[in-house]
Amino acid sequence: MASHEHGNDHAHDHDHEHHVENFWTKYIFSMDHKMIGKQFLITGMFMGVVGVFMSMLFRLQLAWPDEKFAILQTFLGKWAPEGQMDPNMYLALVTIHGTIMVFFVLTAGLSGTFSNLLIPLQIGARDMASGFLNMLSYWFFAASSVIMLVSLFVETGPASGGWTVYPPLSALPQAMPGSGTGMTLWLVSMTLFIAGSLLGSLNYIVTIINLRTKGMAMTRLPLTIWAFLVTAILGVLSFPVLLSAALLLMFDRLLGTSFYLSDIMVAGELLHNEGGSPVLYEHLFWFLGHPEVYIILLPALGITSEVIATNSRKPIFGYRAMIGSILAIAFLSFIVWGHHMFITGMNPFLGSVFTFTTLLIAIPSAVKAFNYITTLWKGNIQFTPAMLFSIGLVSTFVAGGLTGIILGDSALDINVHDTYFVVAHFHIVMGLSAIFGMFAGVYHWFPKMYRRMMHKGLGYVHFWITFISAYGVFFPMHFTGLAGLPRRYYSNAEFPIFDEIQDINVIITMFAILGGLAQLIFFFNFFYSMWRGPKAPQNPWRSNTLEWTTPVEHMHGNWPGEIPEVYRWPYDYSKPGHEEDFVPQSTPLKDGEVGH
Amino acid sequence: MTGLLMVIVLALAVFAAAQIMRIYELSAKVSQVREYEVTDKDNSNQGRMMLVFGIGLVVAFFWMVATWGEIMLPKPSSMHGVEIDRLWDISMGMIIFMFVVVQLVTFYFAFKYRGRKDGKATFYEHNDRLEFIWTIVPAIVLAVLIIYGLTTWSNVMNPENEEEPMVVELYAQQFKWTARYSGDDNTLGFANVRLIGGANIVGVDTLHVNSADDFLATEIHLPVGRPVLFKFRAQDVIHSAYMPHFRAQMNCVPGMETHFQFTPTITTAEIRQDADVQGKVARINAIRQAKGLELYEYDYLLLCNKICGSAHYNMQMNIVVETQAEYDAWAKEQKTIAETL
Repeated sequence: MASHEHGNDHAHDHDHEHHVENFWTKYIFSMDHKMIGKQFLITGMFMGVVGVFMSMLFRLQLAWPDEKFAILQTFLGKWAPEGQMDPNMYLALVTIHGTIMVFFVLTAGLSGTFSNLLIPLQIGARDMASGFLNMLSYWFFAASSVIMLVSLFVETGPASGGWTVYPPLSALPQAMPGSGTGMTLWLVSMTLFIAGSLLGSLNYIVTIINLRTKGMAMTRLPLTIWAFLVTAILGVLSFPVLLSAALLLMFDRLLGTSFYLSDIMVAGELLHNEGGSPVLYEHLFWFLGHPEVYIILLPALGITSEVIATNSRKPIFGYRAMIGSILAIAFLSFIVWGHHMFITGMNPFLGSVFTFTTLLIAIPSAVKAFNYITTLWKGNIQFTPAMLFSIGLVSTFVAGGLTGIILGDSALDINVHDTYFVVAHFHIVMGLSAIFGMFAGVYHWFPKMYRRMMHKGLGYVHFWITFISAYGVFFPMHFTGLAGLPRRYYSNAEFPIFDEIQDINVIITMFAILGGLAQLIFFFNFFYSMWRGPKAPQNPWRSNTLEWTTPVEHMHGNWPGEIPEVYRWPYDYSKPGHEEDFVPQSTPLKDGEVGH
Repeated sequence: MTGLLMVIVLALAVFAAAQIMRIYELSAKVSQVREYEVTDKDNSNQGRMMLVFGIGLVVAFFWMVATWGEIMLPKPSSMHGVEIDRLWDISMGMIIFMFVVVQLVTFYFAFKYRGRKDGKATFYEHNDRLEFIWTIVPAIVLAVLIIYGLTTWSNVMNPENEEEPMVVELYAQQFKWTARYSGDDNTLGFANVRLIGGANIVGVDTLHVNSADDFLATEIHLPVGRPVLFKFRAQDVIHSAYMPHFRAQMNCVPGMETHFQFTPTITTAEIRQDADVQGKVARINAIRQAKGLELYEYDYLLLCNKICGSAHYNMQMNIVVETQAEYDAWAKEQKTIAETL
């Protein structure tokens, strides 16, 4: 198998021993994958705070549209005169909440953190293939985050056309204030984001293919690594398409081209544009947009596979089927984008094709869910906070995935498209599952990142409040959607028919505030443990994978001596014939012992 | 003043938390307890919580269905809507069954196999037969749903009518709808945004042979039982014509024409007599009365369902379904393009 011998790489080690680090090279322009992973995590967490806080503000508006809240004026200033939110600001908050959560938290924050931290450690490499590209990938992301945050403060407000920024709305500053400078900054920010994401993804792919330690065959890779690999491939193939969509949109906005514009009169002004089609943008956007769902979800599923196996003290059930289903999902994810466009006026025949391919995704997804559940079966489950979040992920993955069978069916989509039913579906299956995967990862690998342990009791409290309020927020939205309530409505007071769902809106908002505040427990636990937590032991979860063979104290090159050789797959938990209930990958097979 | 008080309270809270954590740290040091290690007691507590949550989730689900079932849209008022709802019920039945079973099994396993210090997990890597079964069974179920779904979709999008459908244009702009009826020739006259001016708000080509008998309306009137072919245009940004009571929706896209066809089956007068609808109206009016708002009468609605700008949340039009005679009387009163332009 393609593996790389690192043992004699003395020059490399030597280089690092004498390398004097200062504050700048260690913490800021670091090329060490562990530090870059932590940079992604902290930046992602910060963006997460912004994104979640925005959702709490607009939930206030939705629950009590007539009330005035001083807090709104404090934070939104002129956009909430006397505490009454402006409709344009509502749309801006929804838009930036979506953008931040999807791209900045769940793409960069999740995949960026754990791909960087775990790929070299779990495959047995001293660092990423290119430390420099890796550093660039973080700094592109950091720059794009800054620009996105700056766009919140421009005169006409940030982008407000929804996170999908469909033209012509997003292309015409006359159509809404948010389509002015705010939208330009949104596009600039996303362009940098995509560049950073591509640099990262290429690096992940090259590292996984080329730098595996001796014995680390592809069929011995932990499922986390499989998930990161496939995620990176998805990113490399789909993000450039979004980049082209964004560039063409920029041309339409700044250079007067007509890629997406035709026959338009806006705010009393007749535009010259002719021949373009907004549907073209929708195709380009969703060609990324759908794989993006799996770019977000797969790393979370990979982390869950690892955490569930470790804490059930059992091998992950159906390892090969798990890899197969990741590959199947990834392949299918490229040919289903049209299910976001059933009612755009696309040829109904295409609708049929996309219904067919979309519903097929349910099969590998079902296999994954059943395999997780079978892994729990007859386990010896250790309820660490990471394990709780992983089981939470299985629950939300199933609950949200099932409604996908409704939405992927073009005939049924007609009536629930763009309603709160959709909002409920994607928040549960993608938002919650991914964020639970991210929490599981943080709790599980915190000792690897910060050399200390997080507080378990606080973790328990954090999980239960988060889990209950998550369902409390998103489950009732199915019902408001079935009442016909469209998403992105600033207020439903103009429609008497929605009067009777207002109570549900209040319940949702209360759970949202509770769930949001519960994250303070997590932040306290995180930062407190970072400095004051008890020292981490070598292998706190008694896990098999290679990262737990590295010293607790971080060092360049990860292992002080030679990189350990790998003799077995990572899931030999509770294997008969072994005294301990785990057998690290670096343990040679006993005489007569059969590998998996 | 309140600001200062808030700061003081916050500072005290942080100080208190720091003290509590200090005490915890010291006691942990003294008793040599490693807090992060999962004990049997943790496992059994968390395992029980899992079971309680699983049951609670399913109970909460059925409670919501029982309590909020009535807020859902009433029965469909279009021919194809009945077909869509039938497919909906079958799909929903299946996914609710799967939801309940899988959630209960997941949380039950979490409870049942909660760890013990002396416990031992079973080494169980894979079972090809089992995996084959849960690949093939979903595949079969989905095949059925796909075939049923595609048949329904094809019936909805390409309906076969005995009667020629009535052609009506819905014209969307920020933030209002305009209907244009095709008149006696049942053919819309040519139109383009470039022709907008003065009273010609939808840009009709007044010289076009089919446009003279077209007429504009601010409310949609439809004769019951007659297929209607809606053609959609948008003036500025994408809008979406959402008619939930008819299970109908289609985007309105600048620069292209889209269409959707259906047959309304229940008149506005009839649906107002429907028991579900009357219950709904009574509940809504109880709320409105308490707030001192004017009372509500049930109407079919056209809503905008694609974000289109600041007043997106209030872009609506009433739809009236009536008998052919009532419709004819209404249509006769409308002024044609020839008369107005």
